[in-house]
Amino acid sequence: MMKYSVWNILKQGLRGNRDWPLMWREPAPQEQYDVIIIGAGHGMAAAYYLAKVYGVKKVAVLEKGWLGSGNTGRNTTIIRSNYLLPGNEPFYEFSMKLWEGLEKDFNYNSMVSQRGILNLFHSDPQRDAFARRGNSMLLAGADAVLLDEKLIQKMCPFLDYDNARFPVKGALWQPRGGTVRHDAVVWGYARGADQLGVDIIQNCEVTGFDIQEGICRGVETTRGPIKAKKVGVSVAGSSSKVMAQAGMRLPVESHVLQAFVTEGLKPCLPGVITFGAGHFYVSQSDKGGLVFGGDLDGYNSYAQRGNLPTVEDVCEGGMAIMPMIGKARLLRMWGGLMDMSMDGSPIIDKTHISGLYFNGGWCYGGFKATPASGYCMAHLLAKDEPHPTATAFRFDRFQKGLMIDEKGVGAQPNLH
Amino acid sequence: MIIDHPLLGPRDAAEFVYLGDARLINRPDWASLDADQEFYEYLYLRDNPEGQHKELWYHEQGDRSWLVVTRNTFTHEIINVELAREVAQNSGR
Repeated sequence: MMKYSVWNILKQGLRGNRDWPLMWREPAPQEQYDVIIIGAGHGMAAAYYLAKVYGVKKVAVLEKGWLGSGNTGRNTTIIRSNYLLPGNEPFYEFSMKLWEGLEKDFNYNSMVSQRGILNLFHSDPQRDAFARRGNSMLLAGADAVLLDEKLIQKMCPFLDYDNARFPVKGALWQPRGGTVRHDAVVWGYARGADQLGVDIIQNCEVTGFDIQEGICRGVETTRGPIKAKKVGVSVAGSSSKVMAQAGMRLPVESHVLQAFVTEGLKPCLPGVITFGAGHFYVSQSDKGGLVFGGDLDGYNSYAQRGNLPTVEDVCEGGMAIMPMIGKARLLRMWGGLMDMSMDGSPIIDKTHISGLYFNGGWCYGGFKATPASGYCMAHLLAKDEPHPTATAFRFDRFQKGLMIDEKGVGAQPNLH
Repeated sequence: MIIDHPLLGPRDAAEFVYLGDARLINRPDWASLDADQEFYEYLYLRDNPEGQHKELWYHEQGDRSWLVVTRNTFTHEIINVELAREVAQNSGR
């Protein structure tokens, strides 16, 4: 397998780029695997770490569509580790550290760009809340800087500082936050996993589980039954549908989240910017488009498209902090399915069925978590115990009252 | 989405607030022996189907009635709208 390097780019360029190998094989499913992972987003990361770190040999990743057809291609590409609660923050900081070494690790350019993330605040109490969050981040080994209005004016002269209702008072800045090229993450993981012997099986939808006497022994798929010692489910918005095939009801609702990109503009945003008084976040892609989004539509949906009132709401948020965005023309908008959990935090855990493992409930924060989610899922699958940074992401936390509710809104998934 | 309100006629869904699965009408009995388990399932577990879904919508910017809307979660088609009060009464509450 060819390593990507400057030397190889020169060599292949001189030969007319004819000899680049395919990035991964397209194997037919075998009869049996040690581990099957359903879903090739976070699941692809899990397969990569399972093969690389935990040395599991026979691994398959089953994907209903093609690589990148699900939420891999429907996010807003932001990475950050600016969480408050002790159950969350060490995990997301672990993810951030994995992002920082990712491209060298799997020898693939994922365009990890640590251009920083600014969470604007607009009032004194919000400053206090953000200072607390920043301290919580520092305690977990992340980076956080509290900026006042003058410093932000230097970084972002285009914000609406005179906004009568929501004046910009400052921001919590995480310089190590940023953006990543979304497709290239799953492509890099896929290529890396494939080189380590993982079978990536696309266009293979799971239609049922082979569960006998409380033990999961494999899956039924559109390409025939496949046996496995362990099965991991990592299917985001479709979590409830897939786990219903195993007879489980989840603490999850599926909701649609819309995102938007404008025509390409010259570089104008220094990094990621979020609005503290509404829900709006924006960054600029390397192609120049402003990528932005806001709230969920708010009702259960499997439609992968939303409605116009939310579009209006998101654009109002954008206009409130950044009036210049009104001059940009919208190029595309899309919707993705979010597996909204009951406390806004994810689940990486065993199930009551032996050999069946679940990874989901990522709400709309799954993209940044991809490396750590995969790593912790791999740890769980290999060792049958949670990774030290993911011990709080349990199924039974709802029953035991150990919720990780960052926003403090209770069991109301459309508000997280 | 347009919700055909049984009293007010067709109204924009933006006037409503969404709560979720209409099963929330049927609160478990607090005095039951399994109340712990029943309330856990009531509060936290959802069927979350793709397809027909009965759900509670609150007409906040209208007459403040609670509605049970039967809606397809894949097509967003609204199939039926009832007053939640009547649904609850018909189920014996």
